Amino acid sequence: MVTDKVLITIIGATLILFIYWFFLSKKEKEIKILNNEVDIIVNGGYSPEVISIPLGKTTKINFIRKDSTECLSEVVLGDFKIKRELPLNQKVMIEITPKKKGEFEYSCGMGMYHGKIMVK
Amino acid sequence: MRNLTKKTFPIKGMHCASCVRVIENALSKVEGVTMANVNLASETATVTFDPQKVNDQTLASAVANVGYKAGVEEEIKTEDEDKIQKQKELKNLRTKALVSLFLGSLIVWGSFPGLMNTAPEILKNFYVQMILAIPVQFWAGLQFYKATIPALRHRTANMDTLIAIGTSTAFLYSAVVTVFPQLVMELGIEPMPYFDVSTVIIGLILLGRYFEARAKMGTSEAIKKLIGLQPKTARILKNGKEIDVPVSEVAIGNVIRVRPGEKIPVDGEILEGESSIDESMISGESIPVDKSKGSLVIGGTINKTGTFTYKATKVGADTMLAQIIKLVTEAQGSKAPIQRVADLISSYFVPIVLMLAVATFVIWFDFGPVPAFLFALLNSVAVLIIACPCAMGLATPTAIMVGVGKGAENGILIKDAESLETAHKINAIIFDKTGTLTYGKPVVTDVIARSETTKQSQSERSLRSARDDILQLAASLEKGSEHSLAEAIVNKAEVEKLVLSKVEGFKAIPGHGVEGMIGKNKAILGNRKLMEKEKVDITHVGSHLAKLESEGKTVMMLAQNGKLLGLIAVADTVKDTAKSAVQNLQKMGIEVIMITGDNERTAQAIAKLVGIKRILAEVLPDGKEAEVKKIQAEGKIVAMVGDGINDAPALASANVGIAMGTGTDVAIEAADITLVSKDLKAVVSAILLSKKTMKTIRLNLFWAFGYNIILIPVAMGALYPFFHILLNPIFASAAMALSSVSVVSNSLLLKRVKI
Repeated sequence: MVTDKVLITIIGATLILFIYWFFLSKKEKEIKILNNEVDIIVNGGYSPEVISIPLGKTTKINFIRKDSTECLSEVVLGDFKIKRELPLNQKVMIEITPKKKGEFEYSCGMGMYHGKIMVK
Repeated sequence: MRNLTKKTFPIKGMHCASCVRVIENALSKVEGVTMANVNLASETATVTFDPQKVNDQTLASAVANVGYKAGVEEEIKTEDEDKIQKQKELKNLRTKALVSLFLGSLIVWGSFPGLMNTAPEILKNFYVQMILAIPVQFWAGLQFYKATIPALRHRTANMDTLIAIGTSTAFLYSAVVTVFPQLVMELGIEPMPYFDVSTVIIGLILLGRYFEARAKMGTSEAIKKLIGLQPKTARILKNGKEIDVPVSEVAIGNVIRVRPGEKIPVDGEILEGESSIDESMISGESIPVDKSKGSLVIGGTINKTGTFTYKATKVGADTMLAQIIKLVTEAQGSKAPIQRVADLISSYFVPIVLMLAVATFVIWFDFGPVPAFLFALLNSVAVLIIACPCAMGLATPTAIMVGVGKGAENGILIKDAESLETAHKINAIIFDKTGTLTYGKPVVTDVIARSETTKQSQSERSLRSARDDILQLAASLEKGSEHSLAEAIVNKAEVEKLVLSKVEGFKAIPGHGVEGMIGKNKAILGNRKLMEKEKVDITHVGSHLAKLESEGKTVMMLAQNGKLLGLIAVADTVKDTAKSAVQNLQKMGIEVIMITGDNERTAQAIAKLVGIKRILAEVLPDGKEAEVKKIQAEGKIVAMVGDGINDAPALASANVGIAMGTGTDVAIEAADITLVSKDLKAVVSAILLSKKTMKTIRLNLFWAFGYNIILIPVAMGALYPFFHILLNPIFASAAMALSSVSVVSNSLLLKRVKI
């Protein structure tokens, strides 16, 4: 029985490390938006998740939700005072003209899924 | 009959009603289009066409040919379609919840100790239980998998991940026990499935989501009401004829007729007629407002009694209602600083719960009582199910939605969530005097005849006639003057229906007053300096003068042929609600300060009337900002209340800038809160609303965090060593479902709060 316990402990510890690595130490690639327009697919998260856009220029961000999860049915760009419903399989265009440089988070209505807008 | 399609899509580049015509014509000319309707306010076109002949491209190029851009690819669903879709989703959710709970309860009946003795044999059969559990797991519970799998691809985990893993664990274990009972028997465990756990959890969580979604729809009611205020048509007068047109076609300068009971289509100025207008939906003021020629009217408000015509001054996105809708939508989309902590925690929350669930399994397996495997399994499932990140995510935004909406219904327009949050912390409030605490318009307050100053006894009647004579003479003199004090005197004479005399040789003496000949008599009206100059004896009215001046009034003396006839005092009057508003603010523990360009004595007089103890007098308009900063330097969190135009820099530098009653323009950049009405009660209401909203948010966060902090350890078995208490996963799911519903419901309670 002791071997069972040792085995379970080792598997458990490995699993915990794996969860930490898998969810908490990921690094998202930053996608640079050059043509002032980007489609973000909403499906289990946002792809691309991190976009970089230029300061002072208007960028169109088209959110297209393909995931029926209730949580994702709204997108909130708090720093830009935008909260929009995302009807399933429809393109919802949001125009932003950033006036400040920096990192601005956006998320789903409940703050579970996150993305980032880098203004450079 | 051909099959026609209707499509609504956005149009870019429109700025006037003529654009509407141009685009409509262009679209109508396309072969196959039967109807085209363009709306300027919403910047959309709705086209009915034959899909065989017309495609998106033809529509887009027709619009492009006349110089605009059509977003044909972004079809807009109407409000109704969205509503129908939402209701369909809700119904679907409810069906799934009820079917799951029904099947789950059959399994509970057949498996729960004590209860199972009353159940028919068939329900006790593990295979039957499995058959009942399959649709719950893979039909009703499909949405959890559908959300989990794409999320995992993004290396993200959410609420659904926890439920999918938790219920799948219970289901798979039960399936193994049912099909291969000898496997667990070899481990010394009685082969007992837990289909009741997997099904009831799914049923309860879906039921919780159903109630949560229904409650969440209630949080956006205020904005829907505002949108519903927008009128659809307007009755324009053109060449002497009345034509009904869609409100989107009304242009600036159009003359519109409004009859009793009708909605006013756009903002404008009354040209003819008078009426009383119900503006409660915009200003929160329940008493209808009387309007006549020259008064401003607001689109979306309701005309009560009279018929009038007015000239449209603001249309489309510039109307007050459109600006309010924009402001409220933006505020509801903004984030309160208090939410940052919740956001940060919820982004780490689910992975941490997953790690805790694994740790729970290991600890119970290694150190738990026999059968350790079962304890480990059920407790780790309980941990996965009890964790509720949704409650944390919903705590702040739902309260902000309801709070901002409630404000808008009461004429309190809040710029963003941060302003709403800061307003509850203020401990000093600075009121600009003129136009904020007072009406900002001088009126005649006292008329004193010479006979009153000389202790002569006289009848009430002769006294009144003496006062009327003074007012009549003074008003006759001032008729030619443009001074604001003169206007007050002339207005008063008009109210008293006095007939003015003809004045010859009128002369204004700057800094002194006016003079003129009435008949053969020389009359003068002015201040002390003028009396001294004309050598008029005023010694016997000295005490009256001092008294009136100490009350903050401007006193003018009237003399005829070198002899004093009487005094007229003029003052800006305090708003009716000023005193009670100041008192209420002081009761909240807020220091009330008055700022004014007036001299100390006038300022003191007004301050005394409304109960303000601290005054900042003789402050020039450009010095107000510095005064705000000085008070902030005392460590105070300052709100500044002003008119939003002259006080813009001071409003911007205050922690919370509150702009009051600014006509039809609500888009004031400098103000954090704009009050539609001029009533000072609204200032108290705004601060009260902020306090109540923050209280709701705190209670929500306390509940959401407290719930997770207390119940996750309980689910892990923290109470077991002391009290032998463990959390059944079924109860865990009930608690979880209840927690997010209770947070949303608590936010909805804000609607009932009195402000």
